[in-house]
Amino acid sequence: LGLALYTGSLRVVSGAAFLYHDYCIIGAGPSGLQAAYFLQQAGRDYVVFERSHAPGSFFALYPRHRKLISINKRYTGKSNSEFNLRHDWNSLLSHDRRLLFRRYSRDFFPDADAMVRYLEDFAALLKLRVQYNTAIVHVTLERNAQAWNGHYFLLTDQDRQNYKCSSLLVATGTWVPNVVNFPGSEYVEGYETVSISPEDFAGQTVLILGRGNSAFETAENILGVTNFIHMVSRSRVRLSWATHYVGDLRAINNGLLDTYQLKSLDGLLEGDLEDLAILKDKKGKLHITLRFYLENRNTSAGIDSITLPQDELDNFATRAPYDRVIRCLGWKFDFSIYNRSLRMMPGKGNKKKYPQIKPSYESRGTRGLFVLGTASHSVDFRKSAGGFIHGFRYTTRAVHRLLENRHHGVPWPSTVYPITQLTNSIIKRVNEASGLYQMFSVLADIILLRENATAFEYLEEYPVGVLAELETQTGRKAPNGLFLVIMEYGRNFSGADKDVFYYNRAVGEAQHAWQSNFLHPVIYYYKRLPTEREMRLRPPDWPLPRPDAVHHIVEDFLTDWTAPNAHILPLRRFLENCLSTDLRNFFAESCFLFAFTRQKLPPFCQHGYVRMQGLVGSEGLRHHAVDAGLLEDYTPIDFSGDSPPDSHEGSQDQLLRDHTIPVRPLQHLVNTKDE
Amino acid sequence: MSAQKDRWVSSFFFLLFCASSIPTRGNTRLLQELSPQEYFSSLQAGRASLSYFSHNVSPGAQPFLEQIESSAEALQDYGISVVKVNCPKEDVSRYCVKENALRKAYLFRGNVLIREFPTDALFDVNSIVANVLFALLFNEVKYVETLADLQNIENALKGRSNMVFAYVPATGTAEHRAVMEAAFVYGTVHQFVLTTEATLLKDTSNDEPDVSSARLLFCHCQRTTDLAQPCRRTAMEQALTMLNIHRHLKLMGAPLVTEVTEDPEKVSTVHLQLGLPLVFILSQKETYEADRRTAEFVAWQLLGKAGVALLSRDLVDLNVLLRSNVALKTPDEGVPIKYLVLEDTDEVITLVENKSKVEQIQEDEEEEEEDEGEKENNNQDIQDDQVVEAVSRDKKRELPLEQIRALTEETFHSALLETAQTVVLFYASWEAVSLAVLRSYTEVADHLKGTRGVLLSRVNCWDWPGVCTKENVTQFPAIKIYKKGERSVMYNGMWGTEELTSFIMLSRVSCPLKLATIEEAEGYLRGEFPSELSSYHHTSLLGVFSTATSEAREAFEEAGNILSGHVTMGMYFEDDALALSRKYAVSPPALLLARSGGRSVEGIALSKQSVQDMVQMIRYELLDIFPEITVQNLPRYLQLRKPFLILFSDGDIGQMESKEMLKLAKGRPQQAFVACWLNLRKTPVGRGVLKAYFATMPSLPALIWVKLHAGGQVFKFPSEQSITEMNILSWLEKLKAGLEIPSSTLSEEDWKPPLPAYDFLQMMETAMPELPLHTSHRCGDTPARRPPKNPGGDITVQEEPSQDTEAEKVGSPGRDLRGTVPRLAAREKQGKRHSEL
Repeated sequence: LGLALYTGSLRVVSGAAFLYHDYCIIGAGPSGLQAAYFLQQAGRDYVVFERSHAPGSFFALYPRHRKLISINKRYTGKSNSEFNLRHDWNSLLSHDRRLLFRRYSRDFFPDADAMVRYLEDFAALLKLRVQYNTAIVHVTLERNAQAWNGHYFLLTDQDRQNYKCSSLLVATGTWVPNVVNFPGSEYVEGYETVSISPEDFAGQTVLILGRGNSAFETAENILGVTNFIHMVSRSRVRLSWATHYVGDLRAINNGLLDTYQLKSLDGLLEGDLEDLAILKDKKGKLHITLRFYLENRNTSAGIDSITLPQDELDNFATRAPYDRVIRCLGWKFDFSIYNRSLRMMPGKGNKKKYPQIKPSYESRGTRGLFVLGTASHSVDFRKSAGGFIHGFRYTTRAVHRLLENRHHGVPWPSTVYPITQLTNSIIKRVNEASGLYQMFSVLADIILLRENATAFEYLEEYPVGVLAELETQTGRKAPNGLFLVIMEYGRNFSGADKDVFYYNRAVGEAQHAWQSNFLHPVIYYYKRLPTEREMRLRPPDWPLPRPDAVHHIVEDFLTDWTAPNAHILPLRRFLENCLSTDLRNFFAESCFLFAFTRQKLPPFCQHGYVRMQGLVGSEGLRHHAVDAGLLEDYTPIDFSGDSPPDSHEGSQDQLLRDHTIPVRPLQHLVNTKDE
Repeated sequence: MSAQKDRWVSSFFFLLFCASSIPTRGNTRLLQELSPQEYFSSLQAGRASLSYFSHNVSPGAQPFLEQIESSAEALQDYGISVVKVNCPKEDVSRYCVKENALRKAYLFRGNVLIREFPTDALFDVNSIVANVLFALLFNEVKYVETLADLQNIENALKGRSNMVFAYVPATGTAEHRAVMEAAFVYGTVHQFVLTTEATLLKDTSNDEPDVSSARLLFCHCQRTTDLAQPCRRTAMEQALTMLNIHRHLKLMGAPLVTEVTEDPEKVSTVHLQLGLPLVFILSQKETYEADRRTAEFVAWQLLGKAGVALLSRDLVDLNVLLRSNVALKTPDEGVPIKYLVLEDTDEVITLVENKSKVEQIQEDEEEEEEDEGEKENNNQDIQDDQVVEAVSRDKKRELPLEQIRALTEETFHSALLETAQTVVLFYASWEAVSLAVLRSYTEVADHLKGTRGVLLSRVNCWDWPGVCTKENVTQFPAIKIYKKGERSVMYNGMWGTEELTSFIMLSRVSCPLKLATIEEAEGYLRGEFPSELSSYHHTSLLGVFSTATSEAREAFEEAGNILSGHVTMGMYFEDDALALSRKYAVSPPALLLARSGGRSVEGIALSKQSVQDMVQMIRYELLDIFPEITVQNLPRYLQLRKPFLILFSDGDIGQMESKEMLKLAKGRPQQAFVACWLNLRKTPVGRGVLKAYFATMPSLPALIWVKLHAGGQVFKFPSEQSITEMNILSWLEKLKAGLEIPSSTLSEEDWKPPLPAYDFLQMMETAMPELPLHTSHRCGDTPARRPPKNPGGDITVQEEPSQDTEAEKVGSPGRDLRGTVPRLAAREKQGKRHSEL
């Protein structure tokens, strides 16, 4: 009861005592706290359950060797806070500038303790409602037609306390170690418990199972003291700099690759762990053999009776005995707490460590249950950054926006601009937006056109996977076509066995922008919202179905897409041609001329000049425009002293000359019927 | 145009083709090689052949051989075969034996030798064709050397047929060939006369001709019956080429005046087909004979430049003004016929000649553009945004920003507290319009240097997006004025130095300004109070309220808030307000208006008005009655959405005109139009407006009526009438009655994209046709049909890098920096590597 008073929202439903909240979040890790922040900002009724006494309990233990591999770039040469988030992979999103990770660590690869401190501060400074020491051990459903989703979520903690929620946000991460069972797996030490002191490995021969960052991190730690380290795993090593996927092996951990390739005794092997068997000899040495050999034998027989691979194949790679075998096989989602009625199913294939969810992050089995954070990575596994803080901080925000619309009638935030701001809005976003940049190919800015393309509505960072449901998910209407702004790598550029350093990998010319390889902005244009069917049938590897037109902004070495000719001009032409209008800027003088010589005005004059906001421009600029042939100078040359030197012609001559001088670029501007 | 050209070019070749009696295509080689026996036995009656005899090729004859070989094809068009006869060594027959056989070529018709040419007269294809045809067309082309010869021929032709007289500086030239080729086709129709005598040319033309260039005259002798009269002549103005001559003769052959009895839109004549305009003389039954004579007169003047047609209005139902007497149809498709009222035939001729001049220029331009087009496929990557281009051209110049404080997220709020009034420009350093405004802003800073209590500052939203979002700045540029203790004001005026300066100065004074004494109120109306504004020309508005009229006063105060910075508004509501209102003959609540120019005070009664109405009313009252229209103030008048009556003037307008126009404008308080004037010296772009309206610059001052918001017709007040109120009014009446013809009509065209965009979608499809981009259109496709994702299934681009890595590396070291040096290296075309696949 004391707890109930503390949360202050006691409700009595059907005789049993439930503590009710609109939103329950399980887990006070980065994504749980991030979700809590947005709910708190929106003034929603929520609670976060954390089994530990402090937030971020995973980070209190892991990574074992304490070095985070999310970069903490403290200097970018820019003050744009949004842009800087592109290179800050550890901070969560908040309005509080104290809560930037660079204030917590000076290291480029910070210590995990800094993350723990950061998360504690994040929860405390923002006064997030976290209920610590509460481990949710069971989740079930209660049907109720009045409930938001047709059912309530009933949560039970370790003390049999029950909680009831309308919406459940699962932010438990993936913390259950992946274990492989094979004969002899009892001799294997787990990453969770293995010693991290290198001394304990001095003069030993070590076999590591697994080929992820934890495996290499473990190897890196003991590389200097072991006899040699072998690593075995089913898949080839994938280097993140070749795949552009931050979850693959990061260069910071790959010291062993170096020693392997330089023949310093360490090595990598490929093989299926399921086929493995480990035998311990009398001296305590561990021998590798195959399950195949064991199956034909009586296991009770001594080790000597069991065939080792080297008995038949005397150059078998792992014929040398090992002192230790360490398992570093990563983690999976904890499916155990969910009642079957929630139908929390593991994904298929390499996504089986994650629960099945839709691209909207809602569970496939249960409406109203959203999976956040690392556990939600099935949406973009091995593609984008949704499994990592710098990615899921944005997808969590997207989920919050979806919920605001669904349950509180708050449409997706948007800004309406006149069409003249279209090019600018896009350029601004592609240059600074961090969500688009981190969650490339997953989150997209949406531009909804108003009737006659005179104005547009700008929605930021919408999950493209649910594009077809845009109108219901955002509460915004898209009857007149839309643009999507998204970031992409070149389609065939990255991959595990591709040479990403080949000559001429960078495209420099705007007209070849579609062949850009590095991350660059892509704008899709649809005359109408794609349907679900079209989304389903989209070309493989395309985030979106075939658009009516597409534009690539050419990749840029500095990721600065503000060059007037290479970046902005082709974009403007693309937008103009989609909208069938002229989006150029004009000085007031040109608008004046058009006002008197044309019945219609270009949008820039219409929105600016006609509304008394014309761009008069300084004298110098107007001269430049005249020099460029883009503005005609009608000033007759007179006899006064300040005129140009070639002013000996009379003004009458000038008139005649004016008439016949062809100023070609103006053909586009002045085009009256009579000429 | 070019399509038409093609049409008649092809028809000409068709003609030539028919004219050549026996086209002998089909032989593998055009130059036949025969033995003497074969040659002489092959000669047919009536067939011409050019031959030369050789034992073996001597080195000296080599160039001649080449030329004759290449002329074979041209000659074949005229049914002339070219034969090389190989003389056997022992052959001592007539043509083979002669020592100089090899230095001569022989022209046979049948087996008759027409002419022998020394090979040095046949120096190139032109000379071969010219000389051969000249020899063959001996009767069709008369060669004259004296004026008497010419006159004799001319006289003989009178009443019978026409004559084509050509002067070429020398025979064997390209011009000579062109004349001969024309004679081949037209020789039976017209008598061709050729001369190389410069004196003859001088005798036949009025001015001093350039004897170094060829010239062709068409002499209309067929129409001439009077032997004493010389034949009329029409010189060809273009260069002597086969096509031009053909075109000229076609035009000369066309009827002088075409009589038209159908819809002129449907009429087509040889002139239109040849890309020349067609002038219609609109005729009526009563004046038919006179009109016909006029038409003929005009036709003679325009011969070769335009066609003339006589259109009987009685037979064709024309929906045009009765006064129209001339119509002009241009060869360009889709351009409607223009109906005109012209005074004399000279105007018709000027009309056509100016037109063709303009066209000539345009043609030149087009050619230029085409040339450019060949060099570079498109100019999509050339900046055509005047603002962006101007700003980038100015980017190297360092802006004098010392007077403008740059604010950051940290300093923004503290800076606002420092000064009474802080002006903040929110901009983005990459955005062109922002940067253009920043330049004007530096000028403002310069103007306001030393003004106390005003801080000019700027926030770069590219650096500090947080500040901009918080200050509700969603688009750039934006200027906000923050006053201590008051809500900020967003600037919504023109982005110009003057306007901004004045706004900043005017908003320093509270709006409306509470005036304490009647002296202050009077001084305020004179523009002397408050003193800091005395140097800014402005209209002063003074609200006079009695203590009872609080409602109107509140509305006035609220209106003042809205108009702050744009207007100076004062307010007087002391006890003696009645004295003030009595002086200006208004009863409170009332508005007194003192205009900046004359300072005469007008009174306006205030009724119960909403704030919006009051703002509207004040804005309207601030408009001048007969303003000088400028780039800056036009939008205010455009908002009235009325037609404009503009007096274009070079410099100030005359007193007379000014007085009459003012009378006109004042006379009708609820004007249906905006009467204004434009000083071309102050607003030179006005010339651009006039140029768009008229083909030639009208004499100034010019009074123009523009129906800006309805139809867009432009009318010009007749320049011979003096600009008086009466004249203008009666002219306006005529306009309304539809009795006047618009000088032009403003284009209704939409603003389309100036140039196409890169079609990446198409490029992708071309480069990777395997990519099932069309799935969305196909039915029955299921995701299961996806190709398996093995390395071989990954197509195109992915393979290619390794392939040409080596080649590229060798070919152009350093090119891999391309992505880093955008414009520098980007000029060279790149990306071939992809399309080659």
